[in-house]
Amino acid sequence: MTAALLLLADGRFPAGGHAHSGGAAAAVAAGTVTDVPSLERFLLGRLHTVGLTAAGLAAAAARTADPAELAELDRATEARTPSAALRAVSRRLGRQLLRAARAGWPADAGLAALPAGTHHPVVLGTAARAAGLTDRRAAELAVHEAVSGPATAALRLLGLDPYQLVAVLARLAPQLDLVAERAATATRLPAASAPLLDLYGERYDSWKVKLFAS
Amino acid sequence: MHRDHIADESGAPVVSAAPPGPRRALRIGLGGPVGSGKTATVAALCRALRAELSLGVVTNDIYTTEDAEFLLRHAVLAPERITAVATGCCPHTAIRDDISANLEAVEELEAKAGPLDLVLVESGGDNLTATFSRGLVDAQIFVIDVAGGDKIPRKGGPGVTSADLLVINKTDLAELVGADLAVMARDATAQRGERPFVFTSLAAPDGVAPVTAWVRERLAGWG
Ligand SMILES: Nc1nc2c(ncn2[C@@H]2O[C@H](COP(=O)(O)OP(=O)(O)O)[C@@H](O)[C@H]2O)c(=O)[nH]1
Ligand SMILES: [Mg+2]
Repeated sequence: MTAALLLLADGRFPAGGHAHSGGAAAAVAAGTVTDVPSLERFLLGRLHTVGLTAAGLAAAAARTADPAELAELDRATEARTPSAALRAVSRRLGRQLLRAARAGWPADAGLAALPAGTHHPVVLGTAARAAGLTDRRAAELAVHEAVSGPATAALRLLGLDPYQLVAVLARLAPQLDLVAERAATATRLPAASAPLLDLYGERYDSWKVKLFAS
Repeated sequence: MHRDHIADESGAPVVSAAPPGPRRALRIGLGGPVGSGKTATVAALCRALRAELSLGVVTNDIYTTEDAEFLLRHAVLAPERITAVATGCCPHTAIRDDISANLEAVEELEAKAGPLDLVLVESGGDNLTATFSRGLVDAQIFVIDVAGGDKIPRKGGPGVTSADLLVINKTDLAELVGADLAVMARDATAQRGERPFVFTSLAAPDGVAPVTAWVRERLAGWG
């Protein structure tokens, strides 16, 4: 069970995440992320807002293989993503993850039945369930992605010291666990949002020159 | 709903006797260092083949949509046949380790402009180690140029040694940069054995002809 979790969490898992910065590229351009301390604040904000929400959705998706319930969770994701650009990104990353997850667990009927273009957190939860993981593990995957993707992107964009970044991520690790626990045990789906990330998502979408897809 | 495979009741993919639909397009990747002439080759191939074949192009610019825009500006294909993929600082990852964004792009092109006969995937320029995954393309062309120095074939690397076709472009510049084409030919043969290479000058009229001929052979084999 742990091995499957590591497989899904591995940055080398071919689900397209490497080309996305989770708002870090726009934050760097806006001058709000300039160094390791400001990156740490950015990651913390992401974790407790969109990270928590994605984790709640992924955990809920991991608890069911019912297509109607998954469709409802897809609508819940849509409603929690005010930026049209970020909704499109979530659907695209969902498609890319679905391709890899179906390759990994080809016999899973839930993955086979999930429509292409389902939002990323719902696909993530379904992939976790197909891999035999609990809802808590699905939430952990979501918070891990919410933080590690933008951390790597900022490292590349700013040429940060990777060891300082390791220190930040290790310091944040207990908080990731807490947020995942909160998300997986919440009685109602979380709906925490970060308006600045939505604005960044919209603004970045219109750029001509960009390294990352979002 | 989209399914990649025909499945039996257990959900396991089964091999069917009849093909599940129209044959997908042949996919050819073009890799090689920045500035060697990949976009120019794509443009010339499109001009040479567009009258008889249904074509699509995916570009992987490193940080702009410059290549896609070049192709649009020069109207080598209709806009719905060209698409650009952003690769997040890692052009080689997007063609080798995690090909999901490029696969999506190819499939979207086929859905939008299809059915297609041939899809050309241009890599963002990279170093000599970048090669395409067999999961993304059916054949790959590695483009280098004489202006990069006549040592490049000797230096080898996966692109030079293992690409299905090696293109040594800009032969018109050989004299100007003091590149010895005979040396390049000898080293290319030594590195590649039986695998073909061609010299091109895209500055000359129909300079892409040797590449076009090779692509036609691949298409004939594709059926
Ligand atoms: N002299 C000469 N220039 C060429 C040739 N092929 C391409 N170029 C030029 O080389 C430059 C880079 O070509 P491009 O196709 O954009 O390279 P890419 O980065 O590999 O896509 C452009 O200015 C082209 O016009 C050639 O055969 N001879
Ligand atoms: Mg180019």
